[in-house]
Amino acid sequence: MTKDDILAQIVALMRDYFDDDDLALTPASTAQDVAEWDSLAHVNLIAGVEGVFGVRFSISEIEHLQSVGDLVNLVAVKKGL
Amino acid sequence: MIDLDWLPVIEDWGTQLAAAKREGPAAWGKLRLLAASSIDFIQTEQLNRVLNKAFPGTPPSGLSAPPVSIAVVGSSTLAHLVPGLRVAAARRGIWADVYVADYGQYYQEIEWSGSGLWAFNPKVILIALDARHLFGGPLALSTSASDAIEQTLDRCEALWRLARERGVHVIHQTAMPVLPALAGSNEHRVDWSPNRMVQVYNEGLRERADMTNIDLLDLGPAIAADGLRQWHDHALWHRAKQEVTARAAPCWGDLAFRIIAARGGHSAKCVVLDLDNTLWGGVIGDDGLAGIVLGQGSPAGEAHLALQAYAKGLAKRGIILAVCSKNDEANALEPFLKHPEMILRREDITCFVANWDDKATNLRRIAAQLDIGIDSLLFVDDNPFERALVRRELPDVMVPELGEDPSNYVDTIAASGWLEAVSVTSDDLARTGQYQANAQREKVKNTITDMDAYLNSLSMKLRWRGFDPGGVSRIAQLINKSNQFNLTTRRYSEAEVEAVMNDPAAIHLQLRLSDSFGDNGMISVLIARCDEGREAIIDTWLMSCRVLGRGVETAALDLLVEQARERGFSRLVGRYLPSAKNSMVAEHYQKLGFTQIERGDDGSSLWQLDLSGHIPTGKHIECTEG
Repeated sequence: MTKDDILAQIVALMRDYFDDDDLALTPASTAQDVAEWDSLAHVNLIAGVEGVFGVRFSISEIEHLQSVGDLVNLVAVKKGL
Repeated sequence: MIDLDWLPVIEDWGTQLAAAKREGPAAWGKLRLLAASSIDFIQTEQLNRVLNKAFPGTPPSGLSAPPVSIAVVGSSTLAHLVPGLRVAAARRGIWADVYVADYGQYYQEIEWSGSGLWAFNPKVILIALDARHLFGGPLALSTSASDAIEQTLDRCEALWRLARERGVHVIHQTAMPVLPALAGSNEHRVDWSPNRMVQVYNEGLRERADMTNIDLLDLGPAIAADGLRQWHDHALWHRAKQEVTARAAPCWGDLAFRIIAARGGHSAKCVVLDLDNTLWGGVIGDDGLAGIVLGQGSPAGEAHLALQAYAKGLAKRGIILAVCSKNDEANALEPFLKHPEMILRREDITCFVANWDDKATNLRRIAAQLDIGIDSLLFVDDNPFERALVRRELPDVMVPELGEDPSNYVDTIAASGWLEAVSVTSDDLARTGQYQANAQREKVKNTITDMDAYLNSLSMKLRWRGFDPGGVSRIAQLINKSNQFNLTTRRYSEAEVEAVMNDPAAIHLQLRLSDSFGDNGMISVLIARCDEGREAIIDTWLMSCRVLGRGVETAALDLLVEQARERGFSRLVGRYLPSAKNSMVAEHYQKLGFTQIERGDDGSSLWQLDLSGHIPTGKHIECTEG
């Protein structure tokens, strides 16, 4: 698995979650770029990513997330990439 | 439980959802079926968004049940639970509107008549108070633990009464066991420990609930089944004040909505049981009374017995039991009358249907005979073919997705919540007898099931070949085991099968069937011997009852005709030799277009088919050699 694969899976998850097939996300995307990405969606998406990749994030790891790219990097670290 | 594992997995769920979205408001039926599958919380969120877009502001038209408006209030974050509740309603063909009070505002919202909650005008208020809010704080020095619990219960009851006065039904969630034990197994000796107080509070809720006529939502059994860590994540609590995890939200929604459904009369009233490999192991028509697996001493036999004991308990509670089996009635009844280990007896079954019609047709009959809605039936069958047929033809029937292992049948049915009951009355306890009387009076109505469409959807593939060394032992096994779909009941040893295989003048076929549920393996064997003249005489034609009613016979005839033609025959001759168990094929040759040429006093008959006039009639099945 590469970081591109991780990004692709996260984007697919978010498209499902928001039910928006046209959702365009890059590593630089943040919650501000998606209208429906509020605090509730954020909590759910983190749980979704944990489920998809079979990983668990600590409270401090989640606090430091700023962008989609940060999330990709965190998954990559957890998966030992 | 958390994965909704009583519901079927739909492999191309995403594709089907995309197709349904394009249909707009016409998609309700499809969205309902997608809701009634094993889905996770992301899919539940997605489906909820699709529902909102397809039906903005107004429910779908033409629903048989009125929409339900539910207000969810509590002390923790609850907004993430809404999609699970709405999708659980859609799963039952019901539209739910949900209002969520702001975090922690439950008391104010219920108490103040000008609140958003009362403007929403709910039919049901669901109160979810979290354990930390209730008992997480320090106890006041002057208060005993039992006083504190009583005061908390008083406050709850006051809220319930406010809601009841306005004609609103209340569901109160029990507190989750998320607080740590201070002592351990003997926690009850620390009566002020928050962990212990939660337990006492939960018990106290039951008595108060019955006095006030409200219902409890008890998450305890689901948490016990899945593990607390699946249902509660301390990190999530600290971050987002969510007491129930996102992952558990779909299951939470189902547990909550099944209570509302039960209050609305949308629970099952009748459990319809298949027999072979459901109530007992094996096939009664083939294995006989002594051959079926049932009872103590065999693990599988005990598992089937456990299902019977569960059904008996349900019957005692007022659930009607029916049987729907593909069998000759005499065979199907035999274990009920004669098997010493049977827990269920004939008199426990209000409506007993054993015949060779498709199960959707028979379920309609059962509902008509009992004079209850088709949406009151819960159908228990080990065979995925039958389950899928019923789900497709009768989406209102509840069909738990039993796994392969009979050990799990009971848990799967119980987890489904389709039998949820909120009260048990003396009427319930007397019900079975009443329905029994009705069933004998009612006339049967038939409706045609669209079998063609269903069979086409199965992508059935029939692979055929002549006998070969690798197949001999299974061929001999089928020849010696098949009793029901067996025209002549001639038994052959492996050596005799090999002799047929090596006879250049014999026609022999072994058939394997696979479909969208998987490979059924070898399911049919045919042998035709050659006469001096121009006839091929069918010596053996048998088939596993597992694949009845799918058109395999017709496809097999086409293959046989082809083989006979290749060898220059002009006629096929078939014989039916009656046995104690094969009456189901008495009309076999007639159905396939043969002409009768002889009839014996013993009920046997001889039939012929002119090959020149035969046009292949097999449908739904793709035949290949191999």
